[in-house]
Amino acid sequence: MTTHDTRPGSTGGEDTPGPLYGGPDEDYTPERLAGMSREDLDRLGARYDGVEILHVDPGPEPGSRLEKRAVRQVGLAFTLAGVFAFLFLVVYAGSGWFLPEWNWAEEGTTWSALFTPLLGLFMGLSLTMVGVGLVLFTKKLLPHETAVQDKHDGSHFDRVTTGATLVGGLHSTGLARRKLITRSLGFMGAAVGVMLLAPLGGLIKNPNTGNPLGRTSWAEGVRLLRDDGSPIRPGDQEPGSLETVFPEVPGGNLQSDAATMLIRLRPEQVLQDEPREGQADFSYGDYVAYSKICTHAGCPVSLYEQETGRILCPCHQSQFAVTQGAKPIFGPATRSLPQLPITVDDEGYFVARSDYIEAVGPTYWNRERI
Amino acid sequence: MAATATAPGAPTSRLGKTATEFDDRLIVAGPVRRTLNKVFPDHWSFLLGEIALYCFVILLLSGTYLTFFFDATMNEVVYDGSYDPLRGTEMSGAYASALNLSFDVRGGLFMRQLHHWSALLFVASIVVHLLRIFFTGAFRRPRETNWLLGVVMLVLALLMGVTGYTLPDDLLSGTGLRIISAILLSIPVIGTWAHFAVFNGDFVGTEIIGRFYIAHVLILPAILLALIAAHLLILVKQKHTQFPGPGRTEHNVVGNRLFPTFAAKATGLLFIVFGACAALAGLVQINPVWLWGPYNPAQVSAASQPDWYILFLDGSTRIFPAWDINLPGDYTIPALFWPTVVIAGAMFTLLALYPMIERKLSGDTASHHLLQRPRDVPVRTSLGVMGLTFYFVLAISGGNDVIADKFDISLNAMTWFGRIGVIVLPAIAYVFTYRICLGLQQHDREVLEHGIETGVIRRLPNGEFIEVHQPLGPVDEHGHGQLAYGGAPVPKRMNHVGGSRRAIRGFFSPIEEPSAVELEQRREGRGLSASESDRELTSSGRPSEGGRPSEGGRPQDPRD
Repeated sequence: MTTHDTRPGSTGGEDTPGPLYGGPDEDYTPERLAGMSREDLDRLGARYDGVEILHVDPGPEPGSRLEKRAVRQVGLAFTLAGVFAFLFLVVYAGSGWFLPEWNWAEEGTTWSALFTPLLGLFMGLSLTMVGVGLVLFTKKLLPHETAVQDKHDGSHFDRVTTGATLVGGLHSTGLARRKLITRSLGFMGAAVGVMLLAPLGGLIKNPNTGNPLGRTSWAEGVRLLRDDGSPIRPGDQEPGSLETVFPEVPGGNLQSDAATMLIRLRPEQVLQDEPREGQADFSYGDYVAYSKICTHAGCPVSLYEQETGRILCPCHQSQFAVTQGAKPIFGPATRSLPQLPITVDDEGYFVARSDYIEAVGPTYWNRERI
Repeated sequence: MAATATAPGAPTSRLGKTATEFDDRLIVAGPVRRTLNKVFPDHWSFLLGEIALYCFVILLLSGTYLTFFFDATMNEVVYDGSYDPLRGTEMSGAYASALNLSFDVRGGLFMRQLHHWSALLFVASIVVHLLRIFFTGAFRRPRETNWLLGVVMLVLALLMGVTGYTLPDDLLSGTGLRIISAILLSIPVIGTWAHFAVFNGDFVGTEIIGRFYIAHVLILPAILLALIAAHLLILVKQKHTQFPGPGRTEHNVVGNRLFPTFAAKATGLLFIVFGACAALAGLVQINPVWLWGPYNPAQVSAASQPDWYILFLDGSTRIFPAWDINLPGDYTIPALFWPTVVIAGAMFTLLALYPMIERKLSGDTASHHLLQRPRDVPVRTSLGVMGLTFYFVLAISGGNDVIADKFDISLNAMTWFGRIGVIVLPAIAYVFTYRICLGLQQHDREVLEHGIETGVIRRLPNGEFIEVHQPLGPVDEHGHGQLAYGGAPVPKRMNHVGGSRRAIRGFFSPIEEPSAVELEQRREGRGLSASESDRELTSSGRPSEGGRPSEGGRPQDPRD
């Protein structure tokens, strides 16, 4: 409903056109606009939008050699874009049809090695040529105009009237006086909000119950197995070598915390060995076993330098000294790698004497309490 | 509108009639005209944010394609695809589908690499865009909101990167996931709870790839899309900033209208960005997951590095000293907590709050639409370079093992370089940048006062040698310029003020009339011929009065 509605409807009456939307149609009659050139109309509209065209540098003169060259360049760019797109299609659809197979069979062929690079080359060239054509067109053929648009600050009128409407609406609700409603609204908002978020509680699990963090499948009598599942006897390893071992349980070689390094010390290292307090009997002969999971961020510490007896974590370069109970001697790690107590069973294979006596893996808030 | 065929101004062409039909129904002519007439300022550095936008478009398109083939499951399967070396290996369904995508889907490898490359470029263009905004002061009132939105989007982009990086479940991404798990665990008090909430238990569980997947393809992109829309709407509403220059004020925008110039340029850039990503995707291998093998918690490859945008956090983790804080009651704050959660949190908080901090410190609460040259705000510029230096030392430390290996440097020395450098180098960078800014400022003033050095040496009758200077505007009786510095670049070479005329176009043969170029140059007051045609010399060899270059007049004659 408009403010001066006389059209047929609830009030009856003749159908007269309503007010027009937007532009200053009062000032510019259709006759007057019809008398203006397209350029004038363009500028008129621009001015109405607060834009002044200051200067137009026309493009090259029609028919001039300058224009012909620019048109040729743009046309060439677009044509090349089409050609490269077609070549992309040929490579994509033609492989395995009239061109060799694209995918790797037993051994890759030359064509299968070229397939992805050619796709990238042709799509890249094609799309780039579209862009180059557009840029050339803009720079060389479009008139260069310099336009200025006004930037408006906020209107005081708008602020005051909008404010009045907002405050008026709020006032009619009477919320400022009707305290019971605001209070119950606040309570309702908080309670409903919490209710809607509550189902996320399904994500929460108590980390302190069940199988706690840092516990592994190692236990008394669990054999040390290689990745391929074979058990290890003393004497299988050269002095100074390292072997990654896993507990003899189903899926033991995929458990995230159980991986252990079995290291045979060299004779001179045995003499230097200073195990951690109370862990002197964790080794077996010249064999020591340390957790492979870094105490810093949980990466597998897998680089063992025989000469210096250091284990390096490739993620953050913590270094652990094998002969000092795998104490961290450089880098960001703070704790020694936990040592696995080992011995041999009746058949002469290595077994664990118990689980690790401390949690393996990265440090956390209440690690010492578990 | 009851337009009849005979009414004046009624459209006669078919296009015009169609347009009228549309407008009769939708009444959009006014808003469309306003949009087409919108003026955008023109500067190469204003395109950086556009590059980020276009990368996002490419990411949405290529990412949607990838979801047709990717299977976000951690169920163990035995690989039976085309890639021979891994056939028969046990691996997660996610990794197997990533391999199938690479080897058994026509063009799948290309699309995967397109997605990865445009993600790298996406974050890179956001960062460079952010630096442009920072160093030119475009974040000042009234644009603090858009700055905040931008920082939030940067963080979201990083999260998108981290979650996407994890999805293939190869050895490299699994190692990254293990570190993410350790970082979660390191949060004091709630660490283990947070870890169990995210991973649904101890590392690694069977849920995490599925959870990261839905975050990566739905939750994060949806938020990002909404924020991009808000970012652009605010930009349009507030109008773009511009560099100071002739005719440019705080209350206008000088540039090109949206249609056709700006639209053509922006579309051209879209295609060039798309083309560059496509070329990289095909020609430059990125993250060959089949070489890493399936994730195994007991294995790792040397030089395990995250994508570049996380490198700084890896670096801070590497160089942070081994400082666990042991609290009474056997509680521990792990060393890992500081270089990851705290440093990253502090860096992004500082970044987000910087407009407010600067407003507080400088007391400048006015609205600004004209940009600043970095040299004119030496404190901000130096702070920015300081932050960048900090960032780069961390990023270099993130690859310190590779640098140590390639350049045969001790790894421990590289770590110590990072530890000392991250504290010392930013301070040095601050001082250097501050001095350079002041030097550049002084040189601008000097050129405004004394003119451009022409390189012409003149010998005076008394035997003294002097260099001839070209003043930029009117001079007083001592020959000193009277132009004030207005925040715009000051011409420093003769060619900047029209010292030589432009070449006649044409590669093999001229395609312009030399005489026409000559006339044009004379009109613009460029080149030697222009100065010869109407040189006015006073008895002292100085022109009676000069014209400013910006007024379209040619510069004055050189003086001593």
